[in-house]
Amino acid sequence: MTAFSEPWNAARGAEIIAEHTHLEGATLVILHALQEAFGYVPEPAIPMVASALNLSRAEVHGVFTFYHDFRHEPAGRHVLKLCRAEACQAAGGDALAARAEAKLGISLGNTTADDRVTLEPIYCLGLCATAPSAMLDGRVVGRLNEARIDALVAEAQR
Amino acid sequence: MTMRIFVSRDAGAVAVGADEVALVLGLAAAKRGAEIEIIRTGSRGLYWLEPMVEVATPHGRIAFGPVTEFNANSVLDAMISGGPHPLRLGVADEIPWLKRQTRLTFARCGVIDPRSLEDYRAHDGYKGLARALTLTSDAILADVTASGLRGRGGAGFPTGIKWKTVAQTGADRKYIVCNADEGDSGTFADRMIMEGDPFVVIEGMTIAGIAVGAIKGYIYIRSEYPHAVEAMNAAISAAKRAGYLGASVGGSSHSFDLEVRVGAGAYVCGEETSLLESLEGRRGIVRAKPPLPAHKGLFGKPTVINNVLSFAAIPFILAGGAKAYADFGMGRSRGTMPIQLAGNVRYGGLFEVAFGITLGELVDDIGGGTFSGRPVRAVQVGGPLGAYFPRELFDTPFDYEAFAARDGLIGHGGIVVFDDSVDMSRQARFAMEFCAIESCGKCTPCRIGSTRGVETIDKIRAGERVPENIAVIEDLCNTMKFGSLCALGGFTPYPVMSALKHFREDFGAAPPRLQAAE
Repeated sequence: MTAFSEPWNAARGAEIIAEHTHLEGATLVILHALQEAFGYVPEPAIPMVASALNLSRAEVHGVFTFYHDFRHEPAGRHVLKLCRAEACQAAGGDALAARAEAKLGISLGNTTADDRVTLEPIYCLGLCATAPSAMLDGRVVGRLNEARIDALVAEAQR
Repeated sequence: MTMRIFVSRDAGAVAVGADEVALVLGLAAAKRGAEIEIIRTGSRGLYWLEPMVEVATPHGRIAFGPVTEFNANSVLDAMISGGPHPLRLGVADEIPWLKRQTRLTFARCGVIDPRSLEDYRAHDGYKGLARALTLTSDAILADVTASGLRGRGGAGFPTGIKWKTVAQTGADRKYIVCNADEGDSGTFADRMIMEGDPFVVIEGMTIAGIAVGAIKGYIYIRSEYPHAVEAMNAAISAAKRAGYLGASVGGSSHSFDLEVRVGAGAYVCGEETSLLESLEGRRGIVRAKPPLPAHKGLFGKPTVINNVLSFAAIPFILAGGAKAYADFGMGRSRGTMPIQLAGNVRYGGLFEVAFGITLGELVDDIGGGTFSGRPVRAVQVGGPLGAYFPRELFDTPFDYEAFAARDGLIGHGGIVVFDDSVDMSRQARFAMEFCAIESCGKCTPCRIGSTRGVETIDKIRAGERVPENIAVIEDLCNTMKFGSLCALGGFTPYPVMSALKHFREDFGAAPPRLQAAE
């Protein structure tokens, strides 16, 4: 999904920010929009958001760093999120996560050296009755087993 | 005649191939020259049968499942011929697992097209609002109170009292906020209803707005639920176009508008004050209470903040069903609870039933035990902050007070089943670790206690001074339980202490008295 991101551009960033400043409590909305466009929240955008919303730079930085979703740098070309919460643990998710880590040669929370795949933990996709589950670039996959996780990893590596 | 075929678009069904099945059915029909219309519904909640496909017949909707892209062709043939098929389940409504339920909130979920306001109206939708528009605010509040509805998010606070508190404030501005930050593992009822029957949430919130005098509402949906975000946004647009939202709700003098806001991956934002902070565009730091959100909530204004399922229960209640609703249940837990069976369970899914059913019935009888076929060892009820129950406590009835009496909670109604391969000290460690990752950091017991908890459980697991360290955990849990600002730190002791109490054998091999002899 990050494959389609635009490179950072201050004018485009300002435009995105301006689209949302009229909203009540717009900070998260703007950070989401920036990340959607650029694949992450570029550092230079933080003071721009602060000035647009009449907040201090520290306040916006605080919001940006509080939430797990917001990226400080671009992710790999594909993002594979594995659900690591209890329902998926009960259904054998731990072993499958270890398998994906071994296949990719990275631990959860990291990106492969070739920038192809970012492997992340996620705490519950709400697919707990078809566990274990995962999400590859926004596409949900349930009832994972060894064959299905291998196929997902292979797809992400392409 | 065009054959009407129903395929779920619920994320849980899509995750196991519902989109592919719909595609293959369409292609197969074209090849056969059969005229079909594929309607994408929500899920009925029988997830082991997903993707479940239904076809409309004069005898009712006949279900098939679990259908795959590989057998969809033969399923279509059986639909056309009306002949037998190994996946044929008979009339959907007659499937025993579904028939045993009392579907009040989820009556339409899996039945209607969630994108169609006409379909919603054709299935009793907006009847609650229609009646609410003829009532005074007091009369609406009386209905909600009479239904006995308690907050379905987990805390179980009486909804009628909460609404009344907001209604009685004289503020110039009030808000309705829907907590759709369903972060508890093992729960998916909010996601299902938002994806499968989004208008019922909108209708419930609209009624709340009219009852308390609020004209603006927000639905805060977690970012892990993109399908629900899309479904709610589509439904809000449709409701606006039809005049059910906007300056004149349903042609009345009431104004009400809704907006979806998306979370950003912070579990703690499911806590109501943290959610309000997040909605205001800040870090999701928990607020000290009082003041209650009903007095000072969003942007400092009186706010009704309820869970998705609480709002979704309202239309039935307002459509004249307050007494009918209250007639279900036991003790102070009135009505029905959408219970979610998840994890290592044979028949996982959504089971809406009156309060009072026992945990054992739910796990063994309805859930069918484990998917792995091994014995059930533990079930966690109520999400990551809920207690682990052993088989000895399976006689506990599903009821807020009964669970509390056994040091547990029903929370948002999720039940996660574990088989005998589970290591309970590892689950206890995970509870502490999860709290450490997700703590907002405001209060010390939660912020520091969770990290010390992980370290101490690690020591126990390594066999290091086990009795002393267990004493440390007990003491730590006590501090967290009574010293934390919100339920994250306050309830993390439930899974930890229940694991320790009921599964002591998993915490260090040596029994305490042998250790004491050294």
